[in-house]
Amino acid sequence: MDWFFNFPDMSRSDLREFKKTVDFAFTDFSRTYGQGIEEFFEPLLMFLVWFEKLFINTPWPVIIFSILLLSWIGSRSILIVVGTFLSFMLIGYFGMWEDTMSTLAIILVATFLCIAIGIPLGIAMARSNKVQAAIVPILDVMQTIPSFVYLIPVVMLLGIGKVPGLIAVCIYAIPPIVRLTNLGIRLVDKDVLEAADSFGANYWQKLFGVQMPLALPTIFAGVNQTIMMALAMVVIASMIGVKGLGLPVLRAISNQYLALGLMNGLAIVILAIIFDRVTQKFGLRMQKYRNEGKD
Amino acid sequence: MNSKNILIKVNQLYKIFGDGDKSALDLVKNGMGKDELLEKSNCVLGLNNINLNINRGKIQVVMGLSGSGKSTLIRHLNRLIEPTSGEILFNDTNILNLSSKELIQFRQNNMSMVFQKFALFPHKTVLQNVGYGLAIQNISKDEWSEKAQKWIKRVGLDGYETYYPGQLSGGMQQRVGLARALATDAEILLMDEAFSALDPLIRSEMQNILLDLQSELHKTIIFITHDLDEALKIGDRIAILRDGSMVQDSDPQEIIMNPADEYVSDFIKDINRARVIQAKSIMTPTNTKSSGATVKEDMVLEDILQIMSDAPSKPVTIENSKGKVTGKIEMVNLIEGMKRPKSLGTNITG
Repeated sequence: MDWFFNFPDMSRSDLREFKKTVDFAFTDFSRTYGQGIEEFFEPLLMFLVWFEKLFINTPWPVIIFSILLLSWIGSRSILIVVGTFLSFMLIGYFGMWEDTMSTLAIILVATFLCIAIGIPLGIAMARSNKVQAAIVPILDVMQTIPSFVYLIPVVMLLGIGKVPGLIAVCIYAIPPIVRLTNLGIRLVDKDVLEAADSFGANYWQKLFGVQMPLALPTIFAGVNQTIMMALAMVVIASMIGVKGLGLPVLRAISNQYLALGLMNGLAIVILAIIFDRVTQKFGLRMQKYRNEGKD
Repeated sequence: MNSKNILIKVNQLYKIFGDGDKSALDLVKNGMGKDELLEKSNCVLGLNNINLNINRGKIQVVMGLSGSGKSTLIRHLNRLIEPTSGEILFNDTNILNLSSKELIQFRQNNMSMVFQKFALFPHKTVLQNVGYGLAIQNISKDEWSEKAQKWIKRVGLDGYETYYPGQLSGGMQQRVGLARALATDAEILLMDEAFSALDPLIRSEMQNILLDLQSELHKTIIFITHDLDEALKIGDRIAILRDGSMVQDSDPQEIIMNPADEYVSDFIKDINRARVIQAKSIMTPTNTKSSGATVKEDMVLEDILQIMSDAPSKPVTIENSKGKVTGKIEMVNLIEGMKRPKSLGTNITG
């Protein structure tokens, strides 16, 4: 009856062997290909460094002006522009300007990457149920697996630095844009698609002329979520060498600096709120045709 | 009917929804009905051996209750739905043999469709909606917007070009739908319960617009409806579907005078016979002039009654459109004609 009370697990030595095999296999893999993979990401690294420098070295009034301009173009709301102005002045006044610029740089690159990969993936999912069935579980894993777990192989492969940090952020932040692109396209009214079909529209004409424009509000909700999740990863990414607002937070945790942690944490929150409000307003403006009355 | 006038010929068309539709097809061909098929093979019988000839330049109405397969049938004509078996000939080309590229060409050039729920593109303006069928043919914007403009004007939506569909009323939206279908200059117009979602006044107005356009354009129109009054008003021919089978396909007058079965009788039970039956359907053929007034053979009984009430004992003379005498009607014929046929029962208080 021993098996009834003790789980019939594999022997300790077997288990150790198993773990060793996996570890060695991966170590071998990263020894053989690590160099190549690192070279593959070299241009991305150069770009990241350049982009971050650009943000840090540009005089602050120019940056603030550009940000205000962008937030006006996006939101067309004076309230949001004024809020953005005050927020950035506060951030700068409390000495977090440079860290904020680093964070802004990596968030923008991560978001851009997520959109560039995520939207085509979402389109492919919407096109075929088989592709959807294959990708959904992967997205589930990406969203639920503790980030530290995939940090291990990433760091083993690429070491510590900006690129592994960016990859970690993207793994965490890409699922919403993929899911919502897929959902948005699938939710497009069947009648409208049938109409496009009846007039002889081909696949691409339907995709770009009907499905994407009608799915845009949903896709935009995905972009918004992706930005929010990328910001949420800033602290964890700083553990593997990404500069920015996450690093002081990390330092604050290990040294119990309450004020430092709070200040940088709040700076991340402020960035998140600005991004959120601007993109939401932008998303709303894109679907103007939905709720506007006769003019 | 002269075969040269036939534009679309539907031959032995079957559609079975569900898995294993091929084996189910054999069951249906051996005479199995809709309910039994659903029970035995879990397939739904959509269309059962449909044969239909659609004449060039005429309005062919397809009628039936919901679930009778009329929307399924119309979607076979432009292959939005693929049949299980059968053929659809358009000018002797079997539409079902077209490759996907040819099919797109065919849809762009030969057929356009108006939908029950309008199915306009909510993100496009009225102008862009109407021009859609042309724009996807890679026609230049100047050209398609000019044509679209013309049709917008023709359906009476002048000045609404920059509006979005959501800003228009139902009737106006369907005018956009109609203009969009007409803008491609397709020979065939498929109308899937196009006016059913509109309120009665607007519906009647749209029917008049359609008839008005038709008198000028002479399109071949396949018009789906569940409303007999609408069918009688606009149809040159009416086909009636029941559970996926064709019950009757004939002249509107013929449907009223000689309903093929109980189902059709049920359909026509509530119509105002005096207002739809025409003189030619009840007249006694003769070529001699009678003592009463002379009327055209397509005059409805209600109007003849009005004329005869002045001199009830004198039979009226019926002449055709060329002025030749073709028959006569006496008061007793009129009463007989307005009465429901015996098979329909005598439930007058109904």
